[in-house]
Amino acid sequence: MTRYSTILPALLILGSLVPLRTMQAAEAAVPSQVKMINDTIEQGWRDFEIRPASEADDATWCRRVFLDVVGRVPDQTELSEFVSAKGKDKRAALVDTLLHDDKYTEEYASHWSTVWTNILIGQSGGNGRDSMISRAGMQKYLRDSFARNKSYDRIVFDLVTATGSTKPGTENFNGAVNFLVDKVNEEKGVLATSSTSRIFLGQQVQCTQCHNHPFNQWKQQMFWEFNSFFRQTRSLRRFVEGTRDVDHAELIDEDFAGEANDPEDALVFYELRNGLTRVAYPVFTDGTPIEVSGFVSDVKRRGELGRMMLASENMDKMGVNRMWSLFLGFGFTKPVDDLGPHNPASHPELLSKLAVEFRKNSYDLKQLITWITLSRPYNLAPVLGSNNEIDDPSIGEMPKFSRFYLRQMSAEQLYQSLVTATDASSQGSYEEQERQRNRWLQQFVVAFGTDEGDEATTFNGSIPQALMLFNGDLTKKAISTSGGSFIDRLSKTGKSPRDRVNRLFLAGLARRASKKEMTVAGQLMAARKGNEKEMLQDMWWAILNSNEFIMQH
Amino acid sequence: MINNWQTPSGMSRRHFMQHLAGSSAVATASMTMGGAIKANAEEMRKNGKSAILLWMGGGPATIDIWDLKPGAPTGGPFKPISTTGDLQICEHMPMVAQQMKHLSVVRSMSTREADHNRGRYYMHTGYVPNPNIEHPSYGSVIAHEVMDQRPNLEIPPFVSVGGASAGPGFLGMAWSPFSVTSNGQIRNLKMNLEDNRLLQRMAALDTIETGFSQRTRDLPASEHAKVLKKTFDLMTSDQMEAFRVEKEPEEVKERYGTDRFGQGCLLARRLVEAGVPFVEVDLGGWDNHGGIHTLFKDTKLPQLDRSMSALVEDLNQRELLKDTVVIWMGEFGRTPRINQNAGRDHWARSWSCVVGGGDINGGLAVGETSSDGTAVESEPFSSEDLMSTVCKGLGISTEKTFTSKNGRPMKIAGGGKIISELVA
Repeated sequence: MTRYSTILPALLILGSLVPLRTMQAAEAAVPSQVKMINDTIEQGWRDFEIRPASEADDATWCRRVFLDVVGRVPDQTELSEFVSAKGKDKRAALVDTLLHDDKYTEEYASHWSTVWTNILIGQSGGNGRDSMISRAGMQKYLRDSFARNKSYDRIVFDLVTATGSTKPGTENFNGAVNFLVDKVNEEKGVLATSSTSRIFLGQQVQCTQCHNHPFNQWKQQMFWEFNSFFRQTRSLRRFVEGTRDVDHAELIDEDFAGEANDPEDALVFYELRNGLTRVAYPVFTDGTPIEVSGFVSDVKRRGELGRMMLASENMDKMGVNRMWSLFLGFGFTKPVDDLGPHNPASHPELLSKLAVEFRKNSYDLKQLITWITLSRPYNLAPVLGSNNEIDDPSIGEMPKFSRFYLRQMSAEQLYQSLVTATDASSQGSYEEQERQRNRWLQQFVVAFGTDEGDEATTFNGSIPQALMLFNGDLTKKAISTSGGSFIDRLSKTGKSPRDRVNRLFLAGLARRASKKEMTVAGQLMAARKGNEKEMLQDMWWAILNSNEFIMQH
Repeated sequence: MINNWQTPSGMSRRHFMQHLAGSSAVATASMTMGGAIKANAEEMRKNGKSAILLWMGGGPATIDIWDLKPGAPTGGPFKPISTTGDLQICEHMPMVAQQMKHLSVVRSMSTREADHNRGRYYMHTGYVPNPNIEHPSYGSVIAHEVMDQRPNLEIPPFVSVGGASAGPGFLGMAWSPFSVTSNGQIRNLKMNLEDNRLLQRMAALDTIETGFSQRTRDLPASEHAKVLKKTFDLMTSDQMEAFRVEKEPEEVKERYGTDRFGQGCLLARRLVEAGVPFVEVDLGGWDNHGGIHTLFKDTKLPQLDRSMSALVEDLNQRELLKDTVVIWMGEFGRTPRINQNAGRDHWARSWSCVVGGGDINGGLAVGETSSDGTAVESEPFSSEDLMSTVCKGLGISTEKTFTSKNGRPMKIAGGGKIISELVA
């Protein structure tokens, strides 16, 4: 259970006796890493002569932190409990509850599993009929890992080195294999090479497959050396008996004879632009070689790679940079997974320091989340003012984090939020709900026609997304007035129509209706000839379609 | 006020939207019109030019289609055939060969981006990716430039069929491609609610939107309002008829090809006919690192041949081709050298694009490559040059300069040079 639930009452008792001590104790409760973030970010504001936005109000911040930590907006009880709670540490206490209270473990794990599934296998990985990936297997591995708060380095190691079967319920199931299972067979494992280096080390190497890159310190030789680590690895398809349908796949390590057919000296060839052929052996990016044997009994190449990645500073930085961008909307670099001298960071010193702290604290993701969510930049209002006009990364400026940047919720956050805000959750088992959710999400995915499986999403604020929210089934369900629906239940609570309109706004937007909005509600009520449920339905439709609802703010 | 709410029947949809626009400062050209004038398609086309981009995702081997090297070790097995233009193309493109008097091949494309994402970005925008700025794609730019000639267009000015195209960059989400599948079916189009109530919901929505935009002053908030307006237009417009590709006669559908690309090309014609300035149709599957020639002969080229020839022929017969520029390209070409898997790898140094229609001369081969196809031996052309030429063919001035939101001036088509042979 929560640390704060035990610490806080103790502090309160102390507080009534010795005020001075309490203050010191309260300050000590804020991790030093938070102060480090604040100092560096504030220095940036001074350097650019800007003043930050004011602090976000409690309700706004509560909605924000729920969305980022557990992937949905707070329900009305959660919101009102937080807003009415007393004490200057209540934000810290909420973060602690979301991270450590058993009540939220499942949602926390499920949200982060979703985020990482999209990073590791894309939004559509595993959805094709002949795909070797089991999306469910990937999610299961991640859910279990986040639920147990497995450390970040351990997760990375698992994903890079895993062997076993993709699908839950099969023999040797190991969901972590789904990251690499469709990336090792084709094209000599080129995709495994570029994905692993990009996602975990922030090194964009896809171009160096064919040539030295002009803006990147990676050379073609390094690409094939890194690639060599994956060459003992193969994916095997397992078919549904008596058919040619893929049931699942298995990722295995096997002896690699090398391209010169000598397992004692298992090398790979690659070709320079001018047609000359060169050879490569497994060598890590820092120049450290491993044994050249291709026999698994001599050396497990991916295991060696995993160990060297864990020792690499780049892994720490990449992990921190990604987490920061997931919470603040922009990373210290853009794109977030491209680190290096060719792409300067907005706050290089802070990025390094946070990376060091992350390693020192055993890659505990929950601690990192605590530092970020309690930091000053994460607690600012989402307001662009005359004092920080230049802080606008949406037009290409380096972020200065002097306000909370508006950003669209992810499709998954929107889905979960609609479900929470209306209890529109689908009936059925976990698997059935997951299928429904996945079907809904897939309507936004557009694939590019390349071998690298590139894809884009139309869940980007454009018309198809707006149409879906205007008229889609999920919205229809959310605004239904039939017996037992959200609107129906709401209509039976509260003192007055006014009160119920305010409840609608709190549920969707974590605030009460403005004067103008209340006037509009009155007009709607008249237009609906006094049918309050229909008025609430119209208003709820408007709330769910508003920029304020679909944006993280 | 409340009375207005109950009886907005005297209020036209446009008038209502104008009212909304005034209150949220999202007025656009199309909303300053007075009454609800429904111009017919023919009227609209009088002063309107359009472009259709056939996007070949993955980077096709143009050496096997448009610039053959028979006999060279890099040449592959295909033979060239004569066409109605002053050039030869691949033997597996006989129907397109009949249309080549309308199309020209630029054989001296020479670019530097041989990664899919970077190449796609560069060929769609004329700029290399830059972490600090998002450049608008040509579709967004062209739609933006010709929209003032289409005050009555209610459907999105930039439609992407069967693919994702590339985004509007700093022009804003209102200029992003509207992605549809090739059957033209649009999800969630109808609310099935009486008009008045829809309008009232929109008004309530507008109140919330405006409040949030004014409080935060952040761009994404106000961009959202613009998209809502376009969405509303879409839901209530008769022009959506243009998407109903299933209404075409069977023989036309068959001439275009009943696969996705064929139907996408047919949809593109319908959209252009309805006044849409920019349509992109995607045909993926050109990332052929292995077994390329069998695949080309049996699948890729027959498919391309049928649909591309149908589109050009049909546009011409309907007298639309003189106002419609057709562009065929991918993100790059492929290596002249055939690799050990009988495929070709990424190659940007020497490759071909195809353009025609509008004011662009057809039937020409512009520029040339060396005897094995590995180098350009005439003046090299870039994405910027090609797109400047397309703009010229559409009557859009390439002197126009945009200002990005952080104040950088940016020329349309990246200040490329016009390929003079094509527009002389």
